[in-house]
Amino acid sequence: MSEHIVSVRVYLTIFMVLLAGTLLTVLAAFQDFTFHIGNRTLALNTPIALLIATTKATFVVLYFMHVRYSSRLIWVIVAAALFWMAILFALTFSDYWTRGWLPIGI
Amino acid sequence: MIQSHATAEEIHGHPALQHHFENMEQQREAGTLGMWVFLVTEIMFFGGMFLAYTLYRSTYPQAFASASNHLDITLGTLNTGVLILSSLTMALAVYFTQVGKRQPQILCLVLTLILGLTFLGVKAFEYYDKYESALIPGHLIPSHPFDPHVHHEGDPPNPHAIELLPGATLRQVELFYWIYFAMTGMHALHMIIGAGLLTFLLIYSLKGRFDPEYHSPVEIIGLYWHFVDIVWIFLFPLLYLLGRHFGHGG
Repeated sequence: MSEHIVSVRVYLTIFMVLLAGTLLTVLAAFQDFTFHIGNRTLALNTPIALLIATTKATFVVLYFMHVRYSSRLIWVIVAAALFWMAILFALTFSDYWTRGWLPIGI
Repeated sequence: MIQSHATAEEIHGHPALQHHFENMEQQREAGTLGMWVFLVTEIMFFGGMFLAYTLYRSTYPQAFASASNHLDITLGTLNTGVLILSSLTMALAVYFTQVGKRQPQILCLVLTLILGLTFLGVKAFEYYDKYESALIPGHLIPSHPFDPHVHHEGDPPNPHAIELLPGATLRQVELFYWIYFAMTGMHALHMIIGAGLLTFLLIYSLKGRFDPEYHSPVEIIGLYWHFVDIVWIFLFPLLYLLGRHFGHGG
């Protein structure tokens, strides 16, 4: 069998990383990461939370779901899912966030 | 004469090999690929709800923070840990199947099932708390419509009262709870289906159907289980943690 078997040690390491990530995201949530630069406000709490969540998800996909050791075809399928998600968000928000930019209609 | 009546097992080598596959390796890869294609549709499905969440949260940030702060962060964190641990036991169940150790494999499946049910139990407890606070949106429960107490300055502490941040209205808070129940409800439904699939795996493991050559069902249901874990990894910070930093010093 050419199947790659991930060792117990790797699984345990990933598990510890995921627990640490959970702890980190809870601790970070209670800190205020809002910064004021000039008259602009930079709210970083959500980006930080999403960064931690994405990192955790990446570890799950690569190791628990064995994608790191899977064929190119699986990589393409995973990438396609993320690409279509990006389209879903990009097209929707290109509408919502630009409403009212031009004084037309009404 | 006996040689000409060879059984399918003798020709293909493994009783679980379907006739349309060349060998076990090809069959396993096809199964994994099929599961991933299904997971893509699942990502699209949850993606739509994450989109709705992003849209309404960006429209009513104060209300979403107010409503989120009312959720129980301790239970949310506990459940995140429970689900991550269940992902570990699921991954180990796959490992022990791959190396052909049946006892630890069955133990891991049982642990995964128990942890999954623990998650659902905690979730049910949280839902009941929201019911008691009259936070079930709309008239989903006709006798118990959305009608929470609002906490005002100087009121005695009431765990069921919701504290509104400046600019937030109850109607917007209700919108958060629609999204909260839709997303966590769909996630819980996936957990229930997952628990059913684990029961199936357990029965077949006890019958000794899986071995290092044939373990696709364990692997594939494992993929599903980890996917449901990933959905929660995003739901937890987005639903439970988004407004916590507003509480510090006003």
